[in-house]
Amino acid sequence: MAKYNDHLGRPIVAVTGIGVVTSLGVGKADNWAALTSGRSGIHPITRFPIDHLNTRIAGTVDFLPSSDKGASALTYELAETAGREAIAESGLDPDDFGGPLFLASPPVELDWRERFSLYNTGKDGSASDRLLTVARNLPTLDTFETSQFGSIAARLADEFGTRGLPITLSTACASGATAIQLGVEAIRRGECDRALSIGADGSVTAEALIRFSLLSALSTHNDIPEKASKPFSKDRDGFVIAEGSAALVLESLESALARGATVLGILQGCGEKADDFHRTRSKPDGSPAIGAVKAALSDAGLGENGISYVNAHGTSTPENDKMEHLSLSTVFGERMRTTPISSNKSMIGHTLSAAGAIEAAFSLLTMREGVIPPTINYDNPDPAIELDVVPNKKRDAEVATVLSNSFGFGGQNTCLVMAREPV
Amino acid sequence: MSAHDVVITGIGLVSSLGEGTDAHWQKLTAAGAEPVVDSSRYAPYSIHPLPEIDWGLQIAKRGDQRQMETWQRLGTYTAGLALDDAGIKADEALCATMDMVVAAGGGERDETVDNAILAASESRNDRDVLLNEKLTTELRPTLFLAQLSNLLAGNISIVHKVTGSSRTFMGEEGAGVSAVETAAARIRSGQSTHMLVGGAFQTEHSDMLLGYELGGYLHRGPWKPVWQRDGSEGGGVVSGSGAAFLVLESREHAKARGRHIYAQLGPVISGRARRRKEDLAEVVSAMLEKTAPLDGPLLTMSGASGAHAATKAEKAAFEKNAALAARAFGTLTGHMKEAQFPFAVALAALAIDRKAGYPAFDATVEKPFEGIPHTVLATAVGYHYFEGMALVAAAD
Repeated sequence: MAKYNDHLGRPIVAVTGIGVVTSLGVGKADNWAALTSGRSGIHPITRFPIDHLNTRIAGTVDFLPSSDKGASALTYELAETAGREAIAESGLDPDDFGGPLFLASPPVELDWRERFSLYNTGKDGSASDRLLTVARNLPTLDTFETSQFGSIAARLADEFGTRGLPITLSTACASGATAIQLGVEAIRRGECDRALSIGADGSVTAEALIRFSLLSALSTHNDIPEKASKPFSKDRDGFVIAEGSAALVLESLESALARGATVLGILQGCGEKADDFHRTRSKPDGSPAIGAVKAALSDAGLGENGISYVNAHGTSTPENDKMEHLSLSTVFGERMRTTPISSNKSMIGHTLSAAGAIEAAFSLLTMREGVIPPTINYDNPDPAIELDVVPNKKRDAEVATVLSNSFGFGGQNTCLVMAREPV
Repeated sequence: MSAHDVVITGIGLVSSLGEGTDAHWQKLTAAGAEPVVDSSRYAPYSIHPLPEIDWGLQIAKRGDQRQMETWQRLGTYTAGLALDDAGIKADEALCATMDMVVAAGGGERDETVDNAILAASESRNDRDVLLNEKLTTELRPTLFLAQLSNLLAGNISIVHKVTGSSRTFMGEEGAGVSAVETAAARIRSGQSTHMLVGGAFQTEHSDMLLGYELGGYLHRGPWKPVWQRDGSEGGGVVSGSGAAFLVLESREHAKARGRHIYAQLGPVISGRARRRKEDLAEVVSAMLEKTAPLDGPLLTMSGASGAHAATKAEKAAFEKNAALAARAFGTLTGHMKEAQFPFAVALAALAIDRKAGYPAFDATVEKPFEGIPHTVLATAVGYHYFEGMALVAAAD
C-alpha cells in the first residue's frame, strides 16, 4: 500500500498538472525544448517606445492576443493559459476544478492609457476632478475591473470553477512560490483534496521598467539582449525584467492515486523567513535566506545531503547572486561546490510575481526528464562564487530532489523542496 | 476548549474616531456618537479622514518614516499598537517567530508627477514618449517602494522585527477575510503559535477614490448613515481612512505567556457569490446559518459599505433573523476596504471583553441590544465581490 502521509503525518502533496508560458513560448513542450537547448527569450523592447530609457531589453511575452492590451488583460491571459494546460494534464474537469485558487500576480494599477483617456475625455476642473467625473459615468465596468486587486482571480475562479474565495497574493519576487505554498498548506490541513496555484505576471510597462531602473536593479547590457542575463558571472549587472506564468495542480497523493492520475512530482516541503534589514537589500550575513532554506529542508524531512539540484533564484544582480551563494554554502557546506545549481533566469529573465511558480514547474520537469537546464551566458565566472552552475550546456542527470529559491523586495524569502517520488 | 483554539490577545485600531481600543470603545458606546466627516476636500464626496497621529510613537526612526507614504505608515503604526497591546512589541524572540498576513491594496502614487504628465498630454500626441520623458526624470526611486503592496508587511518587518513569515493578500475586502481565515487556520492546525494579521486603508488620495468611482460606487451629496444611502445620488460608499491589526495566538501560547485574552475567534467563513447569477441576500443568509447559531440575540458588527446592491442584500438577510442586532460601524468610520473585516472582528472582540454591546449607530434601522454579549458576529460583504463572516466568542 502506498504511503499517503509525510514524516509529520500530513497528507503528501503531489503535482498532477503543469502549465507554463514564458517569452520562450506557450506550453511545457516548447519551453522545455528551448530551455534545454540554452535559448534565450530576451529581446529588444517593442511594446512601448524606448526613448530616454537606460534599459531597452526585456523578456516580454509578445505573442498572445492580450500582449498589447495592458498589464491586467495580459496577466489574466497568461494565468488562464497556464491554468488550462495544467488542468488538462491533470485530467480534472476544466470548467469545474473543485478546489481553491491561489494566484500570485502583480499589484494592479490603472494603466496609463486609461488614465490618459479619462483625463482627455473630461473638460473642467483639476486633474483628479476630471478623472473622477468621467470615471463615474463610464458605461461599462471594464476599466474598473482592471483597477481591482481581486478581479483577475475572480475571473479565473469563474473560468475554472474553483471553490470559495480565491486568494490573490503578493510576496514580491517570491509570490509564485508563496502561491504554491498556500496550496500545499491547504491540502495538508485537510481543507481540500486539490488546489490550483498560479503565478502570472504580464506587467512590463514603461513605468514598471523605469521604477526598477531607478532602483538600479536592471541590466543595461542592451546591445546583445540574449547575453544580458548572466547569473553568477563576474560582469553581471542586474536582472532582465520579464513576463510569464505557470500553474500547478496540487493534489493529495491519496486522491491523485485514487483517481488514477499521473503523479508528476511531489511538493515535499516549503520554508520561509522574513528579513528585517532593508526594503531592497538583504541582511549581509544571509541569515533570513539561510533560515528559509533550512525551514524548507526541515519541512521536507530532509537533511543537508538531501538535495540533488538547486534551481537558483539567480537573478543576475550583483547582490542576489552573492547572497544566494553565501546562504547555500552556509547551509550545505563543502557539498555545495559539487551540487549542480542553475538559473532559468539566464534564459527567461526575471518574471517577478510568476518566477517562483515558473521555476517550480521547470524544477519538476528537470526531475521528470532527467535533464538539468543550463545557466547560459556563463563566460566570465565570478571567482568569488564557486558553484557548479551547469554552464552553458544542459546536463543529463538523475535528479531526485530539487530546492527552488525565491527571494524578494520587502524581505521576502521562500524556498520549495520538490521530489520525483515521495521521500 | 482546546490548546489550539485561536484567541485574540492584541488589538490595534486607527480610524477617524481616534486611535487605540479605549478611544474607539468610548466613542462608539457614547450616546449619539457623531462621525468625523470631511465633505469639502473631495466634494462631492465625503470621507472620514485620519486623526492626527504622532508617527514617532510607533515608528521611532525618522528614516523609516521617510521611506513610506501615509498608507504604509498607517499600517505599520497600527501593527505596532496591536503588538504593544499583546505585550509582544520589542520582545525579540516572539517577534522573530511571529507569522504575519497583511491584507493590502496599493500605496499612494505621486499625484504631482501624474498630474503634470496628464496636463502635458493635452498638447502631445506622442504620449508614450512623454511618459518615458517625465517618469525617468521626475519619479522618486523610493516612491515605488511606498506603492508596493507587499511593502506594508516589509515595513512591519523592518520597524517591528516581525520576521517569522510575511505574506500579503490582495483583493479588497476579501483580502481581509482571507487573511484572518488563513491566520486562524494556521494556528488551529498547529502550524503557527502567534500571528499578526490586519490591514490599512488610506483614502485621502484621489486615486483611492478613483478605484471606487471607476465602478460608480461612491456616495455623493450630503453624508448619510450606511443603511440610508439607497436611493441617494451616487453608489453608496463613503470611504474612510483607518487600519486594524490583531494579534492571534493559540490558547496554549497565550496562557503560557499569561496574557489577557479579549475573546476567542470561532469559525471564519469566506465566499464568493456569483452576484450576477445568484441572489446575494440568500447567499448571505446561508453564510449566516453556517457561521452563527441564531438561537438568541446576536450582536453583529457589520462591515457594510453602503454600496447599494451589497448593503441592501446584507440588510435583507439580517432582517430575516429577528434576533440579530446589526451595527454598521461604517456609519461612524467610513469604509476601510482591506481593513474592514479585521476592524469588524476587532470591534466584536472588544464588545466581548468589555461585556457590553454598542448602542445603535443608526437608531432608525438598528435594533437595541441589551445585556452581555457572549458571542458576536463580524461580517464583510464586499462592495463589488467577496464575502466573509466570523464568530467571536468569550474565551472561556
